[in-house]
Amino acid sequence: MATKASRSAARLMISPAVLLLLGWMLVPLCMTVYFSFLYYNLLQPGATPWAGWDNYYWFITDPSFTDAIKNTLYLVGGVLCITTIGGLCAALLLDKPMFGQGLIRIMVIAPFFVMPTVSALVWKNMFMNPVNGIFGRIVTGLGFPPIDFFGQYPLASITFIVSWMWLPFATLILLTALQSLDQEQLEAAEMDGANWWNRFVFIMLPHLARAITVVILIQTIFLLSVFAEILVTTNGGPGTATTNLTYLIYVSSLLQFDVGMGSAGGVIAIILANIVAIFLMRMIGKNLDA
Amino acid sequence: MARAVSNRTKVFNTAAAGTLGFLMFFPIIWILVLSFKTEENAIRAPLEVLFGSGWTIESFSTVQARSDYFKHFSNSVIISLGSTFLGLLIAVPAAWSMAFVPSRHTKNILMWMLSTKMLPPVGVLVPIYLLFRDFNLLDTQVGLTLVLTLINLPIIIWMLYTYFKEIPGEILEASRMDGAGLREEILYVLTPMAIPGIASTVLLNIILAWNEAFWTINLTAANAAPLTAFITSYSSPEGLFYAKLSAASVMAIAPILIMGWFSQKQLVRGLTFGAVK
Repeated sequence: MATKASRSAARLMISPAVLLLLGWMLVPLCMTVYFSFLYYNLLQPGATPWAGWDNYYWFITDPSFTDAIKNTLYLVGGVLCITTIGGLCAALLLDKPMFGQGLIRIMVIAPFFVMPTVSALVWKNMFMNPVNGIFGRIVTGLGFPPIDFFGQYPLASITFIVSWMWLPFATLILLTALQSLDQEQLEAAEMDGANWWNRFVFIMLPHLARAITVVILIQTIFLLSVFAEILVTTNGGPGTATTNLTYLIYVSSLLQFDVGMGSAGGVIAIILANIVAIFLMRMIGKNLDA
Repeated sequence: MARAVSNRTKVFNTAAAGTLGFLMFFPIIWILVLSFKTEENAIRAPLEVLFGSGWTIESFSTVQARSDYFKHFSNSVIISLGSTFLGLLIAVPAAWSMAFVPSRHTKNILMWMLSTKMLPPVGVLVPIYLLFRDFNLLDTQVGLTLVLTLINLPIIIWMLYTYFKEIPGEILEASRMDGAGLREEILYVLTPMAIPGIASTVLLNIILAWNEAFWTINLTAANAAPLTAFITSYSSPEGLFYAKLSAASVMAIAPILIMGWFSQKQLVRGLTFGAVK
């Protein structure tokens, strides 16, 4: 249906977006890869000799790298478990008939709109402070010794905070998917004598499978880059207890000014994220009928 | 087809879901309460806070006086609105052309655009930081606006694309038969139909830009810091001033909470790139 004129107009209209994104992706990416092969520290101006694979070698053999990978896995895995299972339960609950459904749904979803720095600080100070925080008061009120959440369970505390922010996301998406389920199918199954559990396993879960996968993949992409929550609560500590890969790269590049090392870490982070991205892209691509 | 549900079940459901909602929402209620307390009353036991004395609106003015809060607030506004506007300017034509004049490459282009969003920001932190330093963009509103435009551009394009796709193509053909040129077609036929989609895209993009906390923290210092970065100054030991931290937080999240409530549905479409509707 398109004419020749409209085709060239279309090409003209899309080119700014393509060129900008191309520049935004290629220029820094090439620079990161290039820097990762240099001895390049901002504190030592002058020559930046070729380093070969040295930066990668030192970055990977550093014990804090192993810690960072472990912490990243624990954090991403922990948040995914909590938000996916919790989100599924919350969505099933919110889908039931009730009074004031709109208001309740809004209350459940609200945390997603709170900026990461605010939610991290609020949980850290108002709830997890061992003396004046609400959790702290509950613990001491029950007669237990006060708990220093960020000292004793730093990674679990951060996992908890991040989960609070992402549970609404999972809930919202799974609820949307649940509402698109054909009610008559469920009723037919019920009339055929399927109990709730059977309806859940054989009708709802298969229907939700796609949404669950999308939730997991998208969250993984974002969770690999958790940064602000760590910065304002623990600064990656104590020791390296809450340093994830993103934070480790931030430390080597912007705190230790080691551009070469930071870039090597950046390349590794890109490779890891791409592994997840490939699966996600495939899922989304299937749904796209362009 | 609606099945009769007894009121008892409904009450039970409401109680269960209400408890969940209350637990999730409680931190937000709590900072709202604390922001209206005096500092010494804010650290008391929860029940004393709720039913005790010491209500004041002083914290809000203190926060402003001590740290020029509204400078950071307006930075947030300028950066999120600016990047949204700039993004629309680039994305509307691109999405329009992909939706209405699709070619063999459209799907590949869309997928490629999406893939730029998968790039972890920390992977390009160093070069962006150095480029910003060399072009004197560090700690400027312009620099931050540009970065936020670029990181959210794929989402804007995707969202607009899925909305534009829903506009039936026959309506365009009809208008062309009536003699409408490209300009009339866009102005009088497409724009009115596209406005709801564009509005939700704008809403989602403002939310995302407002809450973005990686680039805003790493690329700003005192001048251009939006609220995400400004709040980090409360990490310690000022976080112990509950009333002030609460007041600063309430003002930082209130505008977005309100916008978020209006855009729940669109949020799903935008954040899943149309994979869940």
